[in-house]
Amino acid sequence: MWVYEKKLQYPVRVSKCDPKMAKYLLEQYGGADGELAAALRYLNQRYTIPDRVIGLLNDIGTEEFAHLEMIATMVYKLTKDATVEQLENAGLGAHYAAHDKALFYENASGVPWTAAYIQAKGDPLADLYEDIAAEEKARATYQWLIDMTDDVDLQDSLKFLREREIVHATRFREAVEIIKDDRMQKRIF
Amino acid sequence: MNVNSNQVRVYKPFIGPFDPCPPMLYRTYVVPPNQYITFQPLNWPQFSLEEALTRGTLWPNLFSPYHPNRNVQEGGS
Repeated sequence: MWVYEKKLQYPVRVSKCDPKMAKYLLEQYGGADGELAAALRYLNQRYTIPDRVIGLLNDIGTEEFAHLEMIATMVYKLTKDATVEQLENAGLGAHYAAHDKALFYENASGVPWTAAYIQAKGDPLADLYEDIAAEEKARATYQWLIDMTDDVDLQDSLKFLREREIVHATRFREAVEIIKDDRMQKRIF
Repeated sequence: MNVNSNQVRVYKPFIGPFDPCPPMLYRTYVVPPNQYITFQPLNWPQFSLEEALTRGTLWPNLFSPYHPNRNVQEGGS
């Protein structure tokens, strides 16, 4: 189970009215390497991975939901006061037709999220290397999102999220080392 | 170990004689410090707690700055 804290992991302040940025941010909301995909990937893989790294997948998967909430806050702030015309001009006309201003798990192109984005092979190395790749792809996505806005407050939150991807990739790399290590195994000579 | 001093790598893409647009003379990418860490050693120096909260990591050796690239990528120089 989870204990919920009613606050964001890191403050989200958006200073520029820029509904178009909301569309691009959706890549990290419902995209292939977005926060939803990350959370569900890790929290599902943790059942079939050696005991010593279950806790890591649990912790990182949980943090990804905190990141998802931050992205949701950004998208919501950027769209909540937009007129229909502004949404259309931002490329969100099709989104409005299907969802009004509701958030939806789709990528920046409007493609709905699918479980086909994530994998669980049951092989610890295969799964952990997928996780490392996902973190590096998310880091790159954050870089391009930072490039796409000149709102320094939004950039600040995105830079925080980018750094977390780097920390997570480090931890997954350590998990690979733990998996490779056989010091804990009983040896019978 | 001073890993976050230079994380930016530069390469020069091929420029053809018949390219339709003004060439970008170079491209950059970031190599974050995690690429050089097999297992994080104990007792690394730490940021103050407030600074760690704003940077997203407790350890200077894991910090990766990122500077928006928008203008650099357009046209290059």
